Order: sequence, then C-alpha cells, then structure tokens
Amino acid sequence: MKDAYYDPKDLKKFENISDWNPKLGKKFFDYYGSVFEKGSLSVKEKSLIALAVAHVVRCPYCIDAYTQEGLKLGVDKEEMMEAIHVGAAIQGGAALVHGVQMMNVHDKLSM
Amino acid sequence: MAIKSLKIRRNPLSSTDYQIDFLSKGIFEDGSFPSFEEKIKQNNLDYLSPKNLEILQLNLGYMCNQVCSHCHVDAGPDRKEMMSREILEKSIEILQQTSINTLDLTGGAPEMHPEFRWLVENASKEKIHDLIVRSNLTIIMANKRFYDLPDFFASNNVHVISSLPFYKKEKTDRQRGEGVFSKSIDALKMLNKVGYGKEGSSLKLDLVYNPSGAFLPASQEILENDYKEVLFSEFGIEFNNLFTITNLPISRFLEYLIASENYEHYMSTLVNSFNPSTLSNLMCTNTLSVSWDGNLFDCDFNQMLDLGVESKVKNIKDFDLKLLQNRKISVSQHCYGCTAGSGSSCQGTIT
Repeated sequence: MKDAYYDPKDLKKFENISDWNPKLGKKFFDYYGSVFEKGSLSVKEKSLIALAVAHVVRCPYCIDAYTQEGLKLGVDKEEMMEAIHVGAAIQGGAALVHGVQMMNVHDKLSM
Repeated sequence: MAIKSLKIRRNPLSSTDYQIDFLSKGIFEDGSFPSFEEKIKQNNLDYLSPKNLEILQLNLGYMCNQVCSHCHVDAGPDRKEMMSREILEKSIEILQQTSINTLDLTGGAPEMHPEFRWLVENASKEKIHDLIVRSNLTIIMANKRFYDLPDFFASNNVHVISSLPFYKKEKTDRQRGEGVFSKSIDALKMLNKVGYGKEGSSLKLDLVYNPSGAFLPASQEILENDYKEVLFSEFGIEFNNLFTITNLPISRFLEYLIASENYEHYMSTLVNSFNPSTLSNLMCTNTLSVSWDGNLFDCDFNQMLDLGVESKVKNIKDFDLKLLQNRKISVSQHCYGCTAGSGSSCQGTIT
C-alpha cells in the first residue's frame, strides 16, 4: 500500500475499474461519455457543473480532471471560481436549512 | 513572459543538441514511456515516410515584432536570420517544376523580410492552389509601412492564417505580450474590411488557437463556435476556420514546461493521448520545411531542433524530389505533440 490514499497517477487508471467487471464498467463509461456530450447544455456548461460538484463531493481526481477540462475549453478562472461558489452555496445552504429542524426540535421540547 | 530570445539570453535550451538530449532522457530513459520511434513500431510502422509533396513551407527568417512565451521558433526582434533572394528564387523555380499545390510562408513575422512582397507577387503567378501567409496580425499595426498589408494580401489572393490564442484579452496578452489582443482585433477588422473572412468572399482568413499553458486544446469544433460567437458579437469580426494547434515541447514552450515543473505531466499527457489514426495524416508526410539558409526539414518543428532531412539532399539548392521522397522522416519525442488526441498540424487537427 502507498503512504497516501490519493495518488494523481491513479486518475489515469480510472478505466481499469472495468477489468474486474467489464459489463458494468462499459455501461458506466458509455453513460459517462454520453452525459458530457453537447446536448441542451453546452460542453462548457457541463464541465462547470462537473467542477462545482467535484468540489462538493470533495473528489480530488475530479477537481484535477475538470480544472484541466475547463482550461482546454477556455473557461476563465473567474467562471471556475463562480461555479464552485454555487456548489459551496448549495452545500452551505444544505447544512443551514437543517437549522429549521433544529429550531423545530428546540421549540417542541422547550417550555 | 520572456522578453528576449533563448539565443540572446544564452539559455542552454538555445542549443538544439541540448533539447534533443533532454527530450530523450527522464521518463523516456527510465522506461516509463516508449520513445516516439518505439511507439510507431508498436503501431506496425517501421518508420514514417513521405506521401505526395503538397506543401512547401518557407521560414523566411526568425525576426519578429513579438516575443511570445510559447514560441517554438525562438523568434523576436533580436533575431537577424533572413532567407536570401537566391533561395526565394529557387523556391519559385521548384513550384514551376513540381506539383506542389501550397506555398506556406512563415517566420518570425514573414512580412518583415525585405523581399516578402516580391516573393508573394511572384508566387501568386504560379499554378499553386494556396498561397498562405502566417501573419501574427500585430505586424499590420506595427508600423505605417505595413498598414496596406490587407490590401496587398487581397490583391495577391493570399490565404491569411493568423494566430489569435484566445478570444479574450487576458489569455492572449499573457501568452503574446501586453496589448497584443487589441492590436490583433484592429488588424482583423482591417482584414474583414477588404473582404477577408466574409461570407461569399474568396479571401480566406483562418485563425489559429494554441493553449495558453500546459494542456491540450479542446475540440476544434467547439472552440471554433465559441470564437465565432464571441468575436462577432463583441467586435463584429468574421473568419473562416479555426485551427487548434498543440504546443510542442521544444524551445521557449519547453523552457516554460521545465520552469513551471509541468514537463513530465505534459509529456505524459501527450503520450497517454497518442492516437494511432493521426499517423497517416501527419503534416511531415506531405510538407517540406525550408529554413532561412535553405536547409530542408520534415516539418517546422524539426527545423527548430535542427533535425535535417535524412536524405542526400540537405539543402534546397540541390533539390531533387525523387531523392527526397525516398527518405525516412526524422522523429523524436516532440512528435508526440502531433499525435495526441485529434492530432495537430499547421492546418489544425488531422483526424
């Protein structure tokens, strides 16, 4: 085992997950490829969504991959930062909205 | 951003032997990756060989009004190399004697060559289909003696191919120098004004994108759409096609890769993106590149590495098509730049 859980070189081995289950691996990568094709959303918009989600799910592989993808597509650093703020806002909001639950419990139990 | 050429700074990378040696070591020496030569063998090719010679590319000299940070030519105002009239005349003679259909003029800034206009006027009388001038755009605005270049190009039916690294100011200026973007926009407007890039016009204006960093270009089609949309909506500029070109790891771009500690990552990206279907369309298979002193190369990149043609004929003065066609194309690790992803050439992607 390596000293670290994450190694940047492992990103290039992503497709190896198919080795131990080719059928599901293929289905996943076909699906993945189709998701990122131009549709109602542009390839650039999809890469920004991916970048924001990558931060929210804290996936270092995905952050690496979608920062590089953004650079290739000509996404500005300002656009990248705005995208991850959207992710952060939703994640922060998701934590804070549970404050209502806290308030509900507090009020129910308090005299 | 480099302000002077590697040559004038006496940087070790100004030595082509040093560059070739550097490109053979490290990840290619320790077995992490196959050399380019091994890679093509893995793809059942003993070596790359020429197809029909279609393009004669003349590098008129390394003098340029710009000093771009990624320049593979190491061009700049301090470079004095210039092609002689004798070699220019020989080139015209070759156009008359062969079925070469494209003359591609590059540099430096080819327009700075004192015989540039003579060459264009004479070449345009030949039976070639395409007379290309690779213009950096800002040259048109550099001095009033160049202001009439758009008209001159138009009257000689020149196909203008211009570098514009991005459709926004920040990335363009970072790569090519402060103020380059706005001057390029002004020059593009002048070219449009005389009919270049306009719908229905026969005057062709293509733009070249190359990444402003250690990454590969995105899809040519996607970037072309973005360029067209932004350049038209913001500046009213029109053009024909966008060519995406991969930065090859040589000269000043190699210097940048090493200094920014991106060299290994970039090379491994190129090798991992190797696309065998590019091999049949590589520009070295239909092009001959001529340096300012008449020496012959398989491509402009080999010229900058001083990897001359593997032929008895080394210089345009001794041009012999039969002998030249019967050669092996010289390769090194920089060739991975032309085989990555959709491939890369002076005419953009190749798959």
